[in-house]
Amino acid sequence: MDIGKDLVAASATPLVLAILSEGESYGYAIIKRVEELSSGELQWTDGMLYPVLHRLERNGLVKASWGRSETGRRRKYYRLTEQGSEELTLQRRQWQVVSDTLRATPFSFFQLCPQGA
Amino acid sequence: MANHGDRQVLEDRIAEWRSWVLRRESMNGRDVDELEDHLRNQVADLAKAGLDDEEAFLIGVKRLGELDTLSREFAREHSERLWKRLVVAESPEGAASWAREALVALGLAVAAGVAVKTPELFGLTIADGGPATESFYLRNFSLFVLPLLAGFFAWKRAMEPAALIRLAVPFALGALAVNLIPFEQGGSTEILAALHLPMALWLAVGVGYAGGAWRSHAQRMNYVRFSGEWFIYYALIAFGGGVLMGSTVFIFGAIGLDVEWLLNSWILPCGVVGAVIIAGWLVEAKQSVIENMAPVLTMIFTPLFTLLLLAFLGTMIFTGSGINVEREVLIGFDLLLVVVVGLLLYSLSARDPQTGPGFFDALQFVLVVCALLVDAMALWAILARISTFGFSPNRVAALGENLILVVNLGWSAVLYAKFLGGRGGFAPLERWQTAYLPVYAAWAWVVVAVFPFVFGYR
Repeated sequence: MDIGKDLVAASATPLVLAILSEGESYGYAIIKRVEELSSGELQWTDGMLYPVLHRLERNGLVKASWGRSETGRRRKYYRLTEQGSEELTLQRRQWQVVSDTLRATPFSFFQLCPQGA
Repeated sequence: MANHGDRQVLEDRIAEWRSWVLRRESMNGRDVDELEDHLRNQVADLAKAGLDDEEAFLIGVKRLGELDTLSREFAREHSERLWKRLVVAESPEGAASWAREALVALGLAVAAGVAVKTPELFGLTIADGGPATESFYLRNFSLFVLPLLAGFFAWKRAMEPAALIRLAVPFALGALAVNLIPFEQGGSTEILAALHLPMALWLAVGVGYAGGAWRSHAQRMNYVRFSGEWFIYYALIAFGGGVLMGSTVFIFGAIGLDVEWLLNSWILPCGVVGAVIIAGWLVEAKQSVIENMAPVLTMIFTPLFTLLLLAFLGTMIFTGSGINVEREVLIGFDLLLVVVVGLLLYSLSARDPQTGPGFFDALQFVLVVCALLVDAMALWAILARISTFGFSPNRVAALGENLILVVNLGWSAVLYAKFLGGRGGFAPLERWQTAYLPVYAAWAWVVVAVFPFVFGYR
């Protein structure tokens, strides 16, 4: 399924926060994890993740530090801050509202039909 | 699959890709390091799936996204990096607009010179005026040039007519205030208004600088940067101008000609206002030349001022002598706080917000705390003086400024402590400073337009 650009952009923040709530991680692993969790349905343009991470860092939601990869290369790791996990809780609730509302609409019977082939 | 030659090809490709990406101003070396780590992971995974290095590299680069789009996204997040190269374009079209801009700046500088000389047509001669002339120029000098500087930015940012009118309002109000209020000649309120009007108008110029978007914190920080660089340029031009005028007097004196009248009535007044515009234009046009000055200057003066304050505190504790309250003492401490806030702003604006706390941040913190301690003692002494001698315009103005600066530094110290302790990012510090700018403007306007009425124009 092709998910629209706006939705991808809007969901990037909560997804990154959610993945980092599982523990410290780095850019490539975050993207792999998103693909894995969405069974390949959510595909990002890889590079776009980094400006998002930098924005989260600037706003204090995540904390970055430089470390080494298994092969000894420089790698930037990110982990969730307290503020970040509060934000995640908040965003989860907001997305819940959106998703509940969508489900409650009269068009919900369409969901019974097989989704686009 | 991955024999030695193949590896080398991959390394070459990655090196090429790196230098290509690094040409984008919105991405710096560390961003590219991060992207490179990503690319290498991708290539390794694809190679494991059976692709050769070259194919894997191509797919990896493609997945990173189109470079233009990517660099735009980075630019949106890191606008401070673009500050370096906003103006000097490399295309021929850019060169033409550069020349046009230079002409406009020059025209405005000449206009400022004309404006400063125009009152002479009405008998207000700069070089040998009486007290009435002096007081007129004292009150109005900023009005001869700052509206033109704001106009320069309004032109450059192609502001809408409605925004232009809003931009003009503070200048019109300022002109009305200093010329219609019946100040007592040479009185404190007049001198205070003359000193505070430039400050109020400088912040109004910032509205033009931001192209009307003065609410944006990023734009405010850019204006702070601009102001710092402008100050450096202006000081350099003033120094050069001084040397030039000194030599002029000397060499013409050697052949028996006295040219001092020419300097005093033409070159000095026109140069002082013209240089304001020229410095502003130079900062805009030549940012990359001077961008390294601000960090260097802060690095020299932050330790020196910290040392000075520590020595002062130490001496006071050692000798046990309190601050001797003289007439000028409050102004002196205000100046000290202005310098400290200036150093703070300067170093904040020049700092890469992505790096973590370092030695220099700790030093900055010590400086702020020392300034607060010294000032608290001065404030104590001064409040005692006010309670015995009562309020005067000067004392209230100085006290107000002191309080404004102390509040700024106090909260900055708290934010710095959090930042150094790893419990907060750098962004709150920047935001606090940019959010505080309107406070200075509000106070300056109060001193210009409210003080005269409160203190009976004296």
